[in-house]
Amino acid sequence: MGAERIETIEGRALPMRGEDIDTDRIMPARFLRSITFEGLETHVFEDDRLAASRSGDVHPFDKPEYEGASILIVNRNFGSGSSREHAPQGLRRRGIRAIIGESFAEIFFGNSLMIGLACVTAAQGDVERLMAQVEHDPGVVLHLDLEAGACESRGLKVPVSMPAHVRDALIAGAWDTTGLLLDRYEAVTATAAKLPYLSGF
Amino acid sequence: MGQTLLQKVWDLHTVRTLPTGQTQLFIGLHLIHEVTTPQAFDALREHGWRVARPDRTFATVDHIVPTRQRQRPFLDVMAEDMIASLERNCRDFGIPLYDIGDDRQGIVHVIGPELGLTQPGLTIACGDSHTSTHGAFGAVAFGVGTSQVRDVLASQCLALEPLKVRRIRVTGQLPRGVYAKDVILTIIQRLGVAGGNGYAYEYAGDTIERMSMDERMTICNMSIEGGARAGYVNPDETTFTYLEGRPFAPQGDAFERAKAWWRSIASDRDAVYDDDVAIRAKDLTPVVTWGVNPGQSIAIDGAVPAPAGADRQSTSDALTYMGLQAGQPIAGMKVDVAFIGSCTNGRLSDLREAARIVRGRHVAPHVKALVVPGSAAVRKAAEREGLDRTFREAGFEWREAGCSMCLGMNPDKLEGNQVCAASSNRNFKGRQGSPTGRTLLMSPAMVAAAALAGEVTDVRTLADPAPAGVA
Repeated sequence: MGAERIETIEGRALPMRGEDIDTDRIMPARFLRSITFEGLETHVFEDDRLAASRSGDVHPFDKPEYEGASILIVNRNFGSGSSREHAPQGLRRRGIRAIIGESFAEIFFGNSLMIGLACVTAAQGDVERLMAQVEHDPGVVLHLDLEAGACESRGLKVPVSMPAHVRDALIAGAWDTTGLLLDRYEAVTATAAKLPYLSGF
Repeated sequence: MGQTLLQKVWDLHTVRTLPTGQTQLFIGLHLIHEVTTPQAFDALREHGWRVARPDRTFATVDHIVPTRQRQRPFLDVMAEDMIASLERNCRDFGIPLYDIGDDRQGIVHVIGPELGLTQPGLTIACGDSHTSTHGAFGAVAFGVGTSQVRDVLASQCLALEPLKVRRIRVTGQLPRGVYAKDVILTIIQRLGVAGGNGYAYEYAGDTIERMSMDERMTICNMSIEGGARAGYVNPDETTFTYLEGRPFAPQGDAFERAKAWWRSIASDRDAVYDDDVAIRAKDLTPVVTWGVNPGQSIAIDGAVPAPAGADRQSTSDALTYMGLQAGQPIAGMKVDVAFIGSCTNGRLSDLREAARIVRGRHVAPHVKALVVPGSAAVRKAAEREGLDRTFREAGFEWREAGCSMCLGMNPDKLEGNQVCAASSNRNFKGRQGSPTGRTLLMSPAMVAAAALAGEVTDVRTLADPAPAGVA
């Protein structure tokens, strides 16, 4: 398949608190007005970041201590709403290589997998422990091991999970699906031949 | 043991189990638009792939198109660029395109059904999360991202996980002034915005069975707002009557044979569901969202909730963004903009119902109100009935077909922290194009009422209130 094998992800983390963070917030629609994905990294959470700075706050994505982080930590139902792949594209292009969360919206999860951005789930308490650790010490390095299903970080080890086939696809570098789908095209033709609506009923 | 429609359609379209454990599913119909496809076509060119089934791929322009000034080239350079790109891609790969100026142009989820492309028993994909709309016909329809659009273009297949099925049975007569929109908003409020994760929703029960196709589309459209990637209604006589005679529907004897097959793919009486939920129609009221996701809604005569329990932080955050106080009644909240349109509620019956309410009345002086038909065909049909005049005389702007103010990708946007009564599907922060804009989701009839009063208003209190079960 030629896709990168993704087995472990190591790096500093960025905790991003909040439930139901939708893809309109991750990547506002006006940045979809382009025929490429280039440059999306600069617009991740743009409106939220602006709103935070206006109210005298600093958005996690603007905090210097999280700059260069490659693992995002989130709460429940991250990536809900619009199917725009621009959301995971922006995160990936910004250097995020894995997301640990309580849960993910389904389309976001699938879109992330399609571009090799690993999304793993962890129990609410474990997500909280990870966030607290990173907020206390942003320099801490997380070791996310997909095969072992664990994330280790300075004295903390939490179990993480993802569907077995997703994990296997990432580890085998088989997450770029087009090749797989084209692999036995005669089977596609055979399936199509059985469909009443493709043969005048 | 019986099967659900989802299982039958899934099995019929299964090509094989992939080495990844996913199902390779054949896609019977691929609908594409200008926003989520350019990078997919680039990938095809890069690899030297062709479009596997251009005969099962159809394109239109909806998201980025202006709804007022349609002359080409558009003043909006980026919109012009994206549309020119889609035109080039459709030409190069042999895909039919219903472009600006074509009387078949419109929101992709409005034109698919209108043209008879959307049929029972199909698998359908489109790079838009509201693809679930097409489930109203008993199709299994998925919203996908751009890489999956690439997969469908190249192979006419998707790699997917099987879905569980939750049946949601709505029974009884809807009270007057309560619409399909109120039913789906209530379902999302009760089951949660992530409640449908991993599920397809099968909408059933006599309330759903009595609904028109337009109403069923409103329900299925918002499945994704409840986290369910797909939602469907079993096909029946209402479905068949809608489809008969449409350009891409089977004709003559083939239509009769099609009906027999369509009936056969409906869920069996003894089908087994992964979950079952019951909703009593008579308990429902008109609903308005008060927060920043479609699950944060209350009855029109309700009060905005106070932060409490597990949702304390998100409720508090939503109240701050919306500028609301806990305990405040939602009725009476001032609105600046009223938007009737979108793939949720931009169909002819929606416009008829809104027109019925505004006829002979006038929009409040401080309100900017617009009606954006879901398709060129809806617009034309509405004009034949004189609905455009009704709306214009009442102070509404009458626009050309497109996604318009649902999503802030075209010139129709909120400004500053304007409050918009909207018949669309999402009240996310910044959704309508202003980073501080505020959206209140409701039925088209309720938007009409809000436009007239200049504030959130119970449509049932207006003279000549809506009869139950219309639009």
